[in-house]
Parts: sequence; C-alpha cells; structure tokens
Amino acid sequence: MFDGSDALLLARIQFAFTVSFHFIFPAFSIGLASYLAVLEGLWLKTGKPIYHDLFKYWLKIFAIAFAMGVVSGIVMSYQFGTNWSVFSDVAGPVIGPLMAYEVLTAFFLEAGFLGVMLFGMERVGRRLHFAATLMVAAGTFISAFWILSVNSWMHTPTGYEIGANGQFLPGESWFAIVFNPSFPYRLVHTVLAAYITTAFVVGGVGAWHLLRDSANPHARKMFSMAMWMAALVVPVQIFAGDLHGLNTLEHQPQKVMAMEGHYQSHPDGAPLYLFGIPNDEEQRLDYAVGIPKASSLILKHDLDAPLAGLDTIPDDEQPPVGMVFWSFRIMVGIGFAMLGIGMWSLFARWRRKLYEWRALHKAALVMAPSGFVAVIAGWITTEVGRQPWVIYNLMRTADAASPLDAPAVAASLLAFVVVYFAVFGAGVWYILHLMHKPPHAGEYGVKRGDKGPIRTAGITPGPTQDPSDESKRDLSGGKHEPEDAP
Amino acid sequence: MSVDLTTIWAFIIAFAVFAYVVMDGFDLGIGILFPTFEAGPERDRAMNSIAPVWDGNETWLVLGGGGLFAAFPLAYAVILPATYPLITAMLLGLVFRGVAFEYRWRDPGHRALWDFAFTGGSLVAAMAQGMILGALLQGIEVVDRAYAGSWFDWLTPYTLLTGLGTVAGYTLLGAAWLVWKLDGESQDHARRMGLRAAWATVVLLGAVSLYNVFLNAEYAARWLTEPEIYLAAPVPILTAIVAVSLLRALRRERHSKPFWLAIALFFLGMAGLGVTMWPYVVPPGITIWDAAAPQRSQVFMLIGVAITMPLIIAYTAWAYWVFRGKVGHEGYH
Repeated sequence: MFDGSDALLLARIQFAFTVSFHFIFPAFSIGLASYLAVLEGLWLKTGKPIYHDLFKYWLKIFAIAFAMGVVSGIVMSYQFGTNWSVFSDVAGPVIGPLMAYEVLTAFFLEAGFLGVMLFGMERVGRRLHFAATLMVAAGTFISAFWILSVNSWMHTPTGYEIGANGQFLPGESWFAIVFNPSFPYRLVHTVLAAYITTAFVVGGVGAWHLLRDSANPHARKMFSMAMWMAALVVPVQIFAGDLHGLNTLEHQPQKVMAMEGHYQSHPDGAPLYLFGIPNDEEQRLDYAVGIPKASSLILKHDLDAPLAGLDTIPDDEQPPVGMVFWSFRIMVGIGFAMLGIGMWSLFARWRRKLYEWRALHKAALVMAPSGFVAVIAGWITTEVGRQPWVIYNLMRTADAASPLDAPAVAASLLAFVVVYFAVFGAGVWYILHLMHKPPHAGEYGVKRGDKGPIRTAGITPGPTQDPSDESKRDLSGGKHEPEDAP
Repeated sequence: MSVDLTTIWAFIIAFAVFAYVVMDGFDLGIGILFPTFEAGPERDRAMNSIAPVWDGNETWLVLGGGGLFAAFPLAYAVILPATYPLITAMLLGLVFRGVAFEYRWRDPGHRALWDFAFTGGSLVAAMAQGMILGALLQGIEVVDRAYAGSWFDWLTPYTLLTGLGTVAGYTLLGAAWLVWKLDGESQDHARRMGLRAAWATVVLLGAVSLYNVFLNAEYAARWLTEPEIYLAAPVPILTAIVAVSLLRALRRERHSKPFWLAIALFFLGMAGLGVTMWPYVVPPGITIWDAAAPQRSQVFMLIGVAITMPLIIAYTAWAYWVFRGKVGHEGYH
C-alpha cells in the first residue's frame, strides 16, 4: 500500500504542517513581546495609565499566544529526530550546538522570566517587573537569532568539513557557521516580518474598536502606534527583502529562477513576470504577462543584463516552480498592500483624520491577519525554493528522512493535524474573544483565582481605578497596584 | 574511565534529564492528581502553585532533547525513530497539558473540558516518558547508524512497568509539592495521595530493578558481581533509607520535607540508571563515545553551558523565590 516515497512525502508534509503552525505564534510573540516592553517602558517613563492599560490588555493575549508557541515549539525540537534522523545524525555536530545555544540563551530566559512577567508585578515591584518583560522580549529575539542561523546554514552551508563517517563536522571557526552568507539577511527580514505582523494585528484590533467608538482613547493609542510601525518599518522591510533576494540570487540562483518563473535563459535582459501559470512539464510559463527587461533591472540593476534560467539547471536539481512562483507573489503583494496602508495612515494623520476615517479603519481591519499570510508565504518561497536539497547542494531531502514505515508517519501526521486544529483553533478563538473586548481604563491583567469571573470582567472597571488617582500613585512610586483590586 | 569531554557531556545530559524529571515531574504529577481535587478553589490553588514555573520546568526537556541532538547526535537519531509513537504521544500530551494552563481560565464554560485535557495530557506524557526509558533500557536494534527495528518494538510488559513506575513517581512528586504549597484540607488530601503514590513508586521501582537484574545478564553483572557490587550496593541501601523516611515524613510533615525526600528518591533512581546503563547511551550497542559529537562541537557548547548554566540556575531559583510560600486562596493577585 505504501512505499518509501510515500513515507518521505508524509514526513515532508508533517514537517511543513507542524513548522508552519508553530511559526504563526513566534511571528506574533516576537513582535508582541517587544511591544509589551515598549508599553511598560512608556508607562514607567511617563506614568500615564493608558500605557499600563494597554500593557495589561495585550499581556492577556500574549499569555495565550506564548503558550501555544511553547507547546508547538517543543514538537519542533523533536521533529528533527523523529522524522529526519539521518539528517540529525549527519548534520548534528554542526547545527546541534546552535540549537543547544538557543535553548540555553533563549528558551530558559523566556520561560524563566515569563512567570514573573505574567503574575509577579505585585511581588517584585515595577522595575524588576520591567526587567522581566525585557528579558522575555530579549529571549524571543535571541531564539530567532539561533534558529535562523541553523536554517540559514542549511541554505548556505559554510565552515564545515566532511568526516570519515559522512558526518558534517565543524571547521575551525564557529563564526563561519553561525554567520553563514544568507543569515544576516534572513534574520533581518524575518524579525522585521514579525514586528510588522504584530503591528498589523495591533492596528487591526485598534481599528475594530475605533469603528465601534472612535473616541476610545486606548483604541486610538494602539491604532496610532501600529500605523507608525506600518508607515516606517514596511518600507525598510521591502528594502531588506530586496537585499535578501539579491543574496539568494548569488547563493541559490535556481530559487530565484523559480520565483521569477524564468524557465528560459535571457541573454539580453529578462522580463519581470507579473502573472503566468508555471508549467513544469513543458518548462515554460503559460499565459505570461510581464514587463520586458524589468527583472534584469531589479536583480542586476541593468536592463540588458543576462539572466540564466532553469534550462541551465539539471531536471533533478530544480525546485517545483508553481508553489515558489505563487507564494512569492502573495508575499510581495501583501507587502505592497501593507505599504499602502502605511502611506494612507500618514496621509490621514496629515489630514487629522486618523481616528475618524472609517475606510482606513476597515482596510486596517481587513489587513490585520495579512502578516501571517505573508510570513507563511515567504517561508514557503524559501523552503520549497531550495528543494530538492535539505542542505543546499550537499544533501538531498530524500536522503535525510528517518527509516520509518509510511503508516507510522501517516498516523502521527493525522494526530498532529487533528490536535493542532482543535487545540490551536480554540486558542485563536480565545484570543479573538479577548481582542473583541474594548480596551479600557483600569484594564485587568493576567489574574486567576477562585472567586468568580476573574478574567471576564471586561466591562466593569475595578472599584479603585480612578485614572488620575492611579497616575498619582505611579509618580509617587506607591506599592499598591490598581489591577490587584479584588 | 578517564574524565574526558564526552563523559562530561554525558553528565550534563543526565543532569538536564534529571532536572526535567524532577521539575516537570511535579507539574505532571499535579496534572495526574487534578481530578482528585475538588473543582473550584482546591484545583485553582493546585494549578496556581505551578502556573508561574511550569514553562521553565518544561524547558529542561528541550535541553535534554536538544542537548542529546547536539552532544550525541547518533543517539538522538536512533532513539527518536525507535520510540516514534511514544514521542508523538508525549508531545501531544504536553500540548494539551500546556495550553490547559491558559485555556481553563479563559473559558469557564468549558473548564471541565480543559481540566480533563490537563489531566489526560499529563498522564499520557508521564506514561510515554516512562515507556521511552523502558524502551531504551530493554535495548534498541541498530544497523548502520540507524534504527533497524519495527515501529512497535517499544511495547512490552517491561516498558509498561517503567511507564507505570514513572506515573507513580511523578504523582508522588506532585503530591509532595502540594503538601509544601497548600494548607488545611487540601494539604491533608495531598498527604494522603502522596502516601499512596509513595508506596506505588517504591513497589514499582523495586519491580523494575528486579526485572533489570533477572532478565538481562549484562545488567545483572553490573549490580551483582564483584567488584562492581561494592560501588553499586550503596544505591539500593540508600534508596531503602530514603523510602522509609519519605513514608514517615508524609504521615507527619506539613512543609517541604516530603518533597526533598521524593527528589532524593529520584536522584537515587537516576544513579541506579547510571550504574545500569554506563557507558552505553543506546544499549546494547552504542556507547557515549560511539555517539559523541566531535570535540569542536563539545568544546563550543561546553563554553555556552559554563557561562549560561549558573545564570539559568540563578534566575530560575529567583523565580521560585518570588512565588515562595503557601499559595493563597485568592491566587496570584
């Protein structure tokens, strides 16, 4: 019923499924942890309770997103061994230590300070609590650093030797391994993507509440902050993405050929295809619509520069063009739509209509989840685009899998699919439920106890929350925490 | 036996596994005991006692797995496929257990469902971990640097025994933790459950030990022949002393003593495991030196461990210190 190629395909689907699902959460929590640190820092600096309210509003959401990221992340740390054991054995000496560093410098940091960040305000005071928030935010970034170094090494392996037993062994310099050629670009592009993804979620939630009550000061504040991010960071991201693409052209040209739909070589200027149906069998782009010579202009900064196509690559070393071609267009399309929102928000600010322009709010609401789509599309572009290699030009994906029977892989894949949709579906539902509640003065934090509706008091402010009163206490450094009222 | 980097790394991995087993052990044990606590304040307090620390506790599992990948890649590449369904079950159990911490507060209407997920996830994860240990001890078939058995080799009466032993041991740890963190009626309940779990743990630990000695000639040689017996004998003797003290402490103590004694019991179990397995990382064929990463990898990581581990232990201890004392009735407000 099954043969080896089925087991391989199932293992690939399983990895793609678990890693895509997992990455949704860090893409959000990397940005949200930093946003929380900014909010708490602003609260400490200015004493304005609105920042504290927003901090507590997003902290509740962060707690759920982070928990989902942790449990889906632990799955990833074992996927290498369960489904890709040959890869693990062969590449372990090089990438294993980087992942160990991720655990030592990032995971413990996040997890160790998370408890204090969520529950410890009253017990440690504001300054130490802020330090804990900073540690969690730093942990999310450090984690991205190491895991992207590992991923980048698999794309652009450097600094290794091949051992007598066939293992990849570290060369003399770990620097050459960690800072492999594609790593700086991938790190910047991915971390900016996480920040932008979070900004559009925050902006979308702000827009949603502005649509319901355009005077809500908390909604105004979060919308404004998010739109600044959209206006300022999206252009930087487009620039960074372009640099990343040029780096890919240098190190993984066939991936760029697939992204561009260039089956044929173009000796005197390659067109930029906007649309087309990739046809791998015939090795051509059907129904192609393109701008002559524009691809050469973008990639080589010269209209007439020659660009090689997939006809220069052996058939068994070509990536599947369709997925790469389309996922790349989805990512870029969303990127430019985000740029449009950012520019629109600047115009609205200039016209002093940022909080009243309902069309802008509706557009921002529609774009709220777009970061997740763009991020997943970007990963599909880069990961499918490096096929058939798992370690570029050195080890084929087909040679990396565990010696497992297809039914075993199929059964575990099915279990992951069912559990992930049920569990993370519920989590996303709870997050949406929290986002639906308007942010307000005297926001509750992450509280849990045995007396009644601890986390459901969305509408009624706590008894002691007089904002002016709170800010006075803030300035005097008093120990009473308004959110700790029963 | 010389102290080389590979030996140091074997001890680091053993330390990570021990830290995980003890620290997440009491989290999982509380999950297993959860249905025996009354829904409402009792359960809320039990969960609040670990809510701020469970995530850090679970991270030791990632260090154990990630560390094995990094320091002994061959062992990682053999053990995980060999115990594939167990690993999958453990991970999915941990998914349910982990999200339950957040979800049960979020959704009072379905709290019973997430409490069930908390218990079910904890139980499955504990059982799977015990069975993985059993599957490792009973030996894994390896040909050409790869697992060569079939996908149900791990399912034997012996692995069921080690699974149950782990469930009992974690339950003991969870109960002892709750004796420390709770008071009043709930504490009495925790002590009663702890006493039962302690008996179950001692009996199952004894059964697994006898099974090892009588059913595997090589393991028997390690424990029962001279001169090894002089090195190994203190382990069962100390275990007996600790077990007796633990049972007595659980009848009387109202503070942390049962918890520390339960940890001592686990430590001795770990020492016994070391005597049984050494120097194999995957019995019967792969020693730690066969599986070890090259020296450059070992050195690079050792620097990281030397710098970060003291810091990790320090801020972990601080986090525990912040939430010290009995859990209040009102939770963490």
